[in-house]
Amino acid sequence: MAHIGTAGNQGPGIRSDCYAALKIKKSGGIKIILNSKVDALYKNSIRDLAQQILDFYKVEHAELEIIDRGAISLVLAARIEAVVKECLESDDEFLLDMILENQHSTEKDHKRRSRLYLPGNSPKLMLNAGIHKPDAVILDLEDSVAPDKKAEARLVVRNSLRGLNFYGAERMVRINQLPDGLKDLEYVVPHYVNLILLPKCETADQVKAVDEKITQLLAEAGLDHPVYIMPIIESALGVVNAYQIASASERVAALAIGLEDYTADLGAQRTREGRERFYARNQLVNAAKAAGIQAIDSVFSDVADMEALREVVLEAKSLGFDGMGCIHPRQIKVIHEAFAPTEAEITKAKKIVLAFDEAAEKGLGVVSLGSKMIDLPVVKRAQNTISIALEAGLIPENWKETEQE
Amino acid sequence: MAEKFTKNAVGRMIPEKINGKPVIPFQGVHKYITDGKRYAPPLSSSANFPEDGNKQVKDLKTALKNAGIKDGMTISTHHHFRNGDLIANQIFQAASEMGMKDLVWFPSASFPCHEPIIDFLKDGTIHHIEGSMNGPLGRFASQGHMRGAGVLRSHGGRYQAVQDGEVVIDIAVIAAPTADSFGNANGLTGESACGLLGFALADSQYAHKVIVVTDNLVPFPCIPWQIQGNYVDYVVEVDQIGIPDRIISGTTRITRSPDRLFIAELTAKFCDEVGIIKDGFSFQAGAGGTSLAIGNYFGEIMRKKGIKARFARGGSNQYLVDMLEEGLIDYILDGQTFDLAGVRSMRENPHHVNTSPFTSYNYHGKGNFAGIVDVVILGATEVDVNYNANVVTHSDGYLLHGIGGWQNCLFSKTVILPIPLFRDRIPIIRDEVTTICGPGELIDVIVTERGIAINPRRKDLLEKTANSKLPIMTIEELKAEGERICGVPEPVKLGERVIAAINWVDGTVIDVVYQVIE
Repeated sequence: MAHIGTAGNQGPGIRSDCYAALKIKKSGGIKIILNSKVDALYKNSIRDLAQQILDFYKVEHAELEIIDRGAISLVLAARIEAVVKECLESDDEFLLDMILENQHSTEKDHKRRSRLYLPGNSPKLMLNAGIHKPDAVILDLEDSVAPDKKAEARLVVRNSLRGLNFYGAERMVRINQLPDGLKDLEYVVPHYVNLILLPKCETADQVKAVDEKITQLLAEAGLDHPVYIMPIIESALGVVNAYQIASASERVAALAIGLEDYTADLGAQRTREGRERFYARNQLVNAAKAAGIQAIDSVFSDVADMEALREVVLEAKSLGFDGMGCIHPRQIKVIHEAFAPTEAEITKAKKIVLAFDEAAEKGLGVVSLGSKMIDLPVVKRAQNTISIALEAGLIPENWKETEQE
Repeated sequence: MAEKFTKNAVGRMIPEKINGKPVIPFQGVHKYITDGKRYAPPLSSSANFPEDGNKQVKDLKTALKNAGIKDGMTISTHHHFRNGDLIANQIFQAASEMGMKDLVWFPSASFPCHEPIIDFLKDGTIHHIEGSMNGPLGRFASQGHMRGAGVLRSHGGRYQAVQDGEVVIDIAVIAAPTADSFGNANGLTGESACGLLGFALADSQYAHKVIVVTDNLVPFPCIPWQIQGNYVDYVVEVDQIGIPDRIISGTTRITRSPDRLFIAELTAKFCDEVGIIKDGFSFQAGAGGTSLAIGNYFGEIMRKKGIKARFARGGSNQYLVDMLEEGLIDYILDGQTFDLAGVRSMRENPHHVNTSPFTSYNYHGKGNFAGIVDVVILGATEVDVNYNANVVTHSDGYLLHGIGGWQNCLFSKTVILPIPLFRDRIPIIRDEVTTICGPGELIDVIVTERGIAINPRRKDLLEKTANSKLPIMTIEELKAEGERICGVPEPVKLGERVIAAINWVDGTVIDVVYQVIE
């Protein structure tokens, strides 16, 4: 093992993050050199935390330098743990408390209109992600993290899953391609991740491998809440195998498509009209729906063009997609507006929900509308439509009263 | 030396004297009523001035000499050139060369471009500064290096202090983008056009001697004469008085930060929901990126509702001018122009009106405009759980900002502070703010990205939002949320020496700033 470890980010643009460097020594005790932007208000707590972590890993002689630009505790802890683990072999994890808000699981058909990508090694962007109310956040360990930063990013992601409030957003993690991705799972599954995004997925076996590892990790941690998988199809082969992938495990809650890599795989150019990806998108929606799960569209990369984004979302919705990725918080609102139910959809949903209420009131086991029997999943979808309409202010809170008059 | 301190109406300990002069501790809003007379400078006689009206002298040093500059005098400047001002540094360079000592600089604000003033504080030319100390000067003062204590006043408070004689200006130096040799001057044209010269109005009227410095000398008459030559003693022509692209700098673009935009949008939504945005309303939003965004959201709401505002208070900029020209606003009442669009509009549009601290903010006026404004959007570095707010110091104790018109604007009907709940781990809502600049009874709403707190005094706003979907929280809840994310800040130990006084709009002292221990 090295005797010097470094982790984190530094430089003029860095905020809410820190850089740590550790030199293990043979003697001289612990020396902590702290250079913090928030020194006046947090110097003691930062030093205490650093000392606590060094004690935890039984580091007795070392020089720890911290250049802090206002990192919160869970970020500091991740950085310090990262440098310690560069210097010594240990599987022990230094864990801060898990906040209550993050100890919840989600439903398989959770609303997934928007999912905001957050680079796994950039804590600054994670801090306020939840205030923008995406349906989900994705803490990304894959493409947005440089290869030599993967190990430290895992710790930031793990600590954020435990300690950062995302204000109700579903907490997803995009792991690396297999086999590295299986190692990533160890850092997130025991910490209440809701869903795992599996990139470049091409076969059902990859899904099964992830499924098994999740099951094993949950059992080891003594947990039994649901953890879902969202395979991302990003190649021609993946598109061909889409249905097998979608139905490979009970954990698969949605199929997503990644169009950048897919078009490259085809050897085609990505065009505005999108004929080159039309087949893949249709095939993906079809496979997902055949397996009874959600279909999620790719991201839209021009963060300045909200009108074009709106068009793309409306098209996705018309093809049968249930959601889309976002790479900027300002895209969330546009996506939610475009995915909002139409008037006809709301009218239909209202009828179904009222019929369900009536059946429940009368103690009937079967919901029917006119002469038609209504399946429970249909009721569920209608309830979902109503909740989205309510949230978007499209119908009043007391719509049931006005409806029955 | 044991100074005597008394507790003022917001619970802060105020020394008996600042810079050897007795001070009056803050007594509460509208509690301190003065009598007596306005201060008057000595009479002049036109017989003492050139018959042909030409008051031009060869350079600034000559003008200062002719004005009778002496040790210990108070010299004033204005800040319409913001970070592009070239004159203030030259005044004290000249004074230093003339061997002057213990001068008092009385700017309407200072900027980072005034960092060279530190040399004149060090060499004894300047004793202390009475005015905002932004950036380097504030840091220097915070470290205890300034011999006297700074005195910070609001724009209105500066007018008050001049008018009631709390500050006697010996020599006012008014840098003017355009002037004639009689001393008539304006800010509307010339290379260094800055729109108006309202901050220099009191100086022109009350200073014993007035020097106008320009780089655009025009033949008499200089029209309009925002500054009247009849108050002016000497005129100096120089090559350049300001750096144009720094004059118009400020923050003149809408923020692109999604978090700030979120706060801006939430603020506009709040104003709409409580019925502030209605036909004929009035507003003031500053020039910061978030404030600009709020103005923009106001515009969207007004367009949707088909209504317009009776007036908006400047600082003006492109965005406000666009709204005026679109017909969303009847008038801009403007205290300073932040960009060239503002300058152009003020020059061309009679509905874009130049105002001064006298019309807008002066405590000794027979009323002022501040209270007529329906809603004002302001910033703060900290707010305490009693809604007292700080705009001058950071949580580590450093004095880094001026008061500007902030205190004066607190008299608006609804005062909203849209601020992030924390900045780089520093929570904004505290048990006690480092420095109280405005009493909580005047601050109505705090809008953060994680919730909105309404001052319990504003029962009307609480009622209007009782069934709202807006994230209304108590200020204690907001504070707890901030500390849950950031941790509870450790108390900051400050020195005992008072390095600056914070005056309230009526001339009483609301708080003092202490030296920082490094």
